[in-house]
Amino acid sequence: MAMLRPAGDFDRSYEQDMALLRRPWHYWLLGFSLLAAFTLPLWGDAYLVATANQIAYTIIAVQGLNILTGYTGQISLSQAAFMLVGGYASALLVIHAGLSFFIALPLAALGAGAIGLIFGLTSLRVKGFYLAFATLAAQFIIPWLSRHTFKEYLGGANGAIEVPLPQLGTVNFGEVSSYFYISLVVLLITTALLFNISRTRLGRAFVSIRDNDLAAELLGVNLFTYKLRAFFIAAMLAGLAGAIKAHSQRGVGTEFGYSLNESILYLGMLVIGGLGTNLGPFLGVAFIVLLEDLSDLLGGMLAAAFPELSGQLLTSFRPIFFGAALMLFLIYEPRGLAHRWQLLRAGWRLRPFAR
Amino acid sequence: MNWSLVPQQFVTGLLNGGTIGLIALGIVLIYKSSEVFNFAHGHLVMFGAFLTWWFTGGGAEPGTALIDLPLWAAVIAALMASMGIGLLIERFALRPMTGQPLLAIMLMTLGLAQLFEGMTAILFGVELKSDFPAPFSPSDVLVIPFPGAFGDAIRLKYTLVATFVVATVAASLFIWFFNSTKTGLAMRATAEDHEVARSVGIKVSRVFGLSWGIAGVIATLGGVLLATVSGVSLNLSTVALIAFPAILLGGLESLGGALLGGFAIGLVQALVQASRLIEVRNSSEIAPYLLLLVVLLIRPEGLFGQKRIERI
Repeated sequence: MAMLRPAGDFDRSYEQDMALLRRPWHYWLLGFSLLAAFTLPLWGDAYLVATANQIAYTIIAVQGLNILTGYTGQISLSQAAFMLVGGYASALLVIHAGLSFFIALPLAALGAGAIGLIFGLTSLRVKGFYLAFATLAAQFIIPWLSRHTFKEYLGGANGAIEVPLPQLGTVNFGEVSSYFYISLVVLLITTALLFNISRTRLGRAFVSIRDNDLAAELLGVNLFTYKLRAFFIAAMLAGLAGAIKAHSQRGVGTEFGYSLNESILYLGMLVIGGLGTNLGPFLGVAFIVLLEDLSDLLGGMLAAAFPELSGQLLTSFRPIFFGAALMLFLIYEPRGLAHRWQLLRAGWRLRPFAR
Repeated sequence: MNWSLVPQQFVTGLLNGGTIGLIALGIVLIYKSSEVFNFAHGHLVMFGAFLTWWFTGGGAEPGTALIDLPLWAAVIAALMASMGIGLLIERFALRPMTGQPLLAIMLMTLGLAQLFEGMTAILFGVELKSDFPAPFSPSDVLVIPFPGAFGDAIRLKYTLVATFVVATVAASLFIWFFNSTKTGLAMRATAEDHEVARSVGIKVSRVFGLSWGIAGVIATLGGVLLATVSGVSLNLSTVALIAFPAILLGGLESLGGALLGGFAIGLVQALVQASRLIEVRNSSEIAPYLLLLVVLLIRPEGLFGQKRIERI
């Protein structure tokens, strides 16, 4: 989005023009949020840390989806399946190959990326909701394979295997408060890598494919390689998130979710946060995870009031709230929370002449 | 391949395919008139089945049910209700989205699906309802002698035959309605071009509403048919998802193609179960999706769909 700046405010050097952090308060905000995030286990209780951990690895998965759907415009309904691949890859490398978690993690990401490439191949033939069908097929086929093939490794019909805790030297990441730092550091790395993507050749090619793929091809963007790159990045980040999730839940498999509904949830988080923005995944994931907590709270209260209905009250508020929030956002704010935030900032800057 | 099982599975698959084809018709209808691909159709199917079950007095103690209708009346009541639901969806969810990009409209139907899943769970409970009134008992079996088949005969449950008859009759009626009545003509004109349809005096918004209403009716009918075979549960929405491969196989724009695609998917699902390998037998739930991938790679427009020509 074009930045609104007051008259007379110019960049005086190339470095200034390219800077990502432009104002003193950008540094202050970044410093404070990093400080708050890194000290969270010191002042937050276990529940808060676990929620923050969940938010952190979900953001990584949604960042991947943002590259594929937000920037490149390819609809994907299989992000959860790629997370499953990453989780299994990391778990199997740690259990059977005896690798350290910190080596298995990038390898799992690469493995998930490779699987993503296979299903990404269909994107060369089809687009729009035809592509959504291809990814839907992936979302059904991959979990099915995990339940019905290589049963001694993948857990077979149980749909779950146990995953050991990561260790680095003598440091044991057994507590969620220490594990949280792994998620946080990985999230910081992915964010740093993706932050500038819309200004690189790669990001611009992605956006041109989203806006009009035929025109992009005529301008010299190789659709074949760029679409596959988008699929690779998306599946790789999903694999990363899946590996982190598997180790923090100490188990991986279809018993732990990774279903179509989860893939839809990630798409919804992306849309509510804002497609094709850096801030979108953060805002969307935080919004939905907190909304889910709220619906659990409400469901729990109602279940306590009507114990005979507790079975249906406890589970049904999440889809209702999520579906309603998604529909309301699509109707009233299709550009998501990130756009709201931009409007707020612009209004503050133009005050008292806002609107 | 276990050849002695093939005749039995062939006929069973074909009979199941009727219901799949009927469900697929509802999606194609909405796509044809308003270019919306309805991912919530599976949930409409499930909701319709639950609604019918509720109208027959399901879930309550005998004699205390608020509404206790015989099956035929319950089906009619549920069809009316789902027509209303279809109209409401069109008015309040899809009409505000007119002119939005494809992804937004697709996500709108996905959001609807989530909403329906939660609403169904909260209204009717999450557990399997096995007390759906069946018109035939499971032991009513039609035996057709067929030398060479397993036990030298093909056994057909009356329930399955009845669902097939209902599904094909409903689908044919609907295709006749679409091709030969004045309302159907209006719907076809709207599918062709909104502005031209408007200029000859067709109310496009009313046609959209009507097609959603009819789609709701078709979904509920499909739900009732699925429920008589397998009971009512939240899984019905996933079962109904295999209508998607059927549509792609038949082509998005073709009603007859959707029906034929349904038969093909039913056949594929049943025939893999005739295999001797347990892995292949287990794959009947994903076989339609493998077929879908093959169709997408070889002929994305399906058997009877229109090939797209793109201009910048």
